[in-house]
Amino acid sequence: MDRRLFLNGVLGCSLAASPLVTPVTLASAPWDTRLVVILLRGAMDGLDAVQPYGDPDLAGLRRTLMTGPEHGALDLDGFYALHPGFSALKPMWDAGELAFAHAVSTPYRDARSHFDGQDLLEAGTGMDVPRAARTTGWLNRFLQDMPGVQLKTAYAIGVDDLTILRGGQEVSRWSPDARLRLSTQAQRLLEVVYHDDPLFRDAALEAITITQALRDAPEIEADEPAMMAGMAPAARGNPAARMAEFAAERLREDTRIAAFSVNGWDTHARQAGAMQRRLGGLADTISILREDLGAEIWGKTAVLAMTEFGRTARENGSKGTDHGTAGAMIMAGGSIRGGKVYGTWPGLSDAALYEGRDLMPTRDVRAYAGWVMRGLFGLQSSRIETAIFPGLDLEADPGVIL
Amino acid sequence: MAVFDPYLAVRRFGTGLAADTAVPGNAGALLTDLQQADALAAQFDMPRYTDYLDIEAQVRELRRAKRETEEAAEIARIDEATKTQKSAASALQSKSAKARIARAVGAPIGFRDRLEWFWADHFTVRGIGGIAGSAVSSFSNEAIRPNLTARFADMLRAVVVQPLMLRSLDQDRSAGPRSRFAKRRGMGLNENYARELIELHTLGAGASYTQKDVVELARLLAGLGVRHGAFQWQDGRAEPGEKHVLGKVYGGNGQGLENVFAVVEDLARHPDTARHLARKMAVHFVSDAPDPGLVTHMAARYRAADGDLTALYAAMLEHPGAWEPVGNVKWPLEYVISGIKALGVTPEQIIARSRRDIQRGLIAPTRLMGQTYQRPVGPDGWAEDDAAWITPQGIAGRIQWAMDAPHKMLDRLPDPRAFLEVALGPNPPEPVRFAAFNAENAREGVGLILASSAFQRR
Repeated sequence: MDRRLFLNGVLGCSLAASPLVTPVTLASAPWDTRLVVILLRGAMDGLDAVQPYGDPDLAGLRRTLMTGPEHGALDLDGFYALHPGFSALKPMWDAGELAFAHAVSTPYRDARSHFDGQDLLEAGTGMDVPRAARTTGWLNRFLQDMPGVQLKTAYAIGVDDLTILRGGQEVSRWSPDARLRLSTQAQRLLEVVYHDDPLFRDAALEAITITQALRDAPEIEADEPAMMAGMAPAARGNPAARMAEFAAERLREDTRIAAFSVNGWDTHARQAGAMQRRLGGLADTISILREDLGAEIWGKTAVLAMTEFGRTARENGSKGTDHGTAGAMIMAGGSIRGGKVYGTWPGLSDAALYEGRDLMPTRDVRAYAGWVMRGLFGLQSSRIETAIFPGLDLEADPGVIL
Repeated sequence: MAVFDPYLAVRRFGTGLAADTAVPGNAGALLTDLQQADALAAQFDMPRYTDYLDIEAQVRELRRAKRETEEAAEIARIDEATKTQKSAASALQSKSAKARIARAVGAPIGFRDRLEWFWADHFTVRGIGGIAGSAVSSFSNEAIRPNLTARFADMLRAVVVQPLMLRSLDQDRSAGPRSRFAKRRGMGLNENYARELIELHTLGAGASYTQKDVVELARLLAGLGVRHGAFQWQDGRAEPGEKHVLGKVYGGNGQGLENVFAVVEDLARHPDTARHLARKMAVHFVSDAPDPGLVTHMAARYRAADGDLTALYAAMLEHPGAWEPVGNVKWPLEYVISGIKALGVTPEQIIARSRRDIQRGLIAPTRLMGQTYQRPVGPDGWAEDDAAWITPQGIAGRIQWAMDAPHKMLDRLPDPRAFLEVALGPNPPEPVRFAAFNAENAREGVGLILASSAFQRR
């Protein structure tokens, strides 16, 4: 190539007209409701997050892990109390936008391995599907069942593989850790370098567009009317908060489904401090979604925070808990019929515990997720029970969606 | 018609160019290099799989001791000892990662490393918990690397008795339906490994086999077991009687493991296997859509040489289809390694670096690029198609690494104008040259060269 011609041809154009900084046109989304799934990796202790302090056996099982309103937890309904780490979400509960499903689990039983438990949670299958075949996720199968799904309809956020969104339907992936801080000159030159390789050029263009949108996003005003009275502003800046901010930014546009994961729930020792921090972080994450989505979109949103299994009913010797079976799921959003802890309480007596050690599952956590999807997206029950969660029995509608 | 190019040879089939690379004079030189003793493996040795097993046994013992005591001081001592063992295991992993990178960076060409990575991915092991489950590099070092120039059947034979392979495909949970074990425990066949052995490792999905062949192969494999992390042929799980796989009869002779080796020979020799391996290799090293003539030629040479892998490689290298100018996109870790090799980082520097430096500078960044270290999503390993890697997030991760990592890793960055030809050879694409000469500073110049699609493609 003639050098001069090359320079004129490629760098002659102004930066404004450069293909790397031209915003892409987005196709409009096929439906209006939003679903956010947060995976809590490491097995959250449901008995600590949402404490059944009305159960007479609880206090005997938890020697140092404080429980109930006497120890700073926030009473919810006379039976359950909210861990103080979640106190920032209490106004959301009072407003009927926060609910829990207790004594729930996936079909995973007995082996209590994080890997296998998370595989099953994300695959959404039963134990009958071989482990090695659990490489696609239920949210992806859901997308395959919906009309008009585009690449941007669903976002897998963060560096996590998020098997829950893997499968035949291509989805967008982005991690707020990706920071393309390029000088103007570097960006121009990158455009030159990628000019003849459309794959690289288009992907880089999209990456730059996303990072610019994040930079240009208006700051959320603390006194915005959508802000709920009495709610403390959420802490920002940590990784989960940045994922929530990014999720909200996308969900305000054409994205309808977002998933990300939060680590650190494997509280084998000194659980009290760890739970305070983790639940506080999760409360911030959910609050950010609410604040950044704004009242209108939040009203059409459901957030589900799910974990691979619960933890032992009995506290262990190092002020923590070990891997268990049933636990709790968190549901938030304007489309959730909140202010209620759903589920059948199995009790905590020795005889009531699963294998004498774990909270007994009284319902498949997938049934709640299934009813949420049915309520939000009008999916047929039969599709949920065959395509999305094969082998699941949805049973009666718990009525979690307004 | 495309022809051999000594610089492209090292970029496409090796671990990339460096300032001191003596480029090969012809395609045959790559093969000659493979025939030499594996000096780098000797220099940068890797922990053995059994080293991990030893630790696992110790931890098992500690766990047993903990169950038997109520005494707080003893529990504390056991917890401490367990922690020590676990950090010893993670030190093994870190040593493996360093050795793996040091070998690839130190290799003048690096065809051997690239072949190892290719075959280790072909035989992906994954998803196994525990301490032994993290010995993925040792699996590759012990079963794959020594067999790179053997017959494919020999490599396969080494793999079918690897505990990590058997565990990652549930073979250790399989028992012949009429075996003693199945009768006692109510267990049965698990077809997972049999299916992947056919679909992924040999004939390929969609080849000429039926579900019945899978089941029969699963019956034949039933005795392959794992006990305390080590391979063991377990007669108690083995399925008695004859098995019919792809029209041939095996077994019924009490020679369990020999029958497995016999079927492995036949699977390796199958014409569908020749085509499957030829195509997979051509895709990996050359392009998502390789010249069909290249694939046919490779498959024919493989068959004529009774599955000899050197013949397969020779067939690829001698065919003009292997030298098309635009190559497949590098895998993230391969990209990062070729980057530091070009920047002149030495294997000794890799070994001397702290665990944290290696993790932060080289391994963690590949996660953003879509390749979580040794954690592929499925048993089919990492994707080959360019579009799977060059996503908005993937490219952001690559550009970010190219811009940020070199200046953090080196005391002094090279002059981009000189680095250009080190990284890309004497005829770099004109746009990359322009970028290298017009960058505002060395950091961006070097970053742009490493971020260029020319450098990111094999």
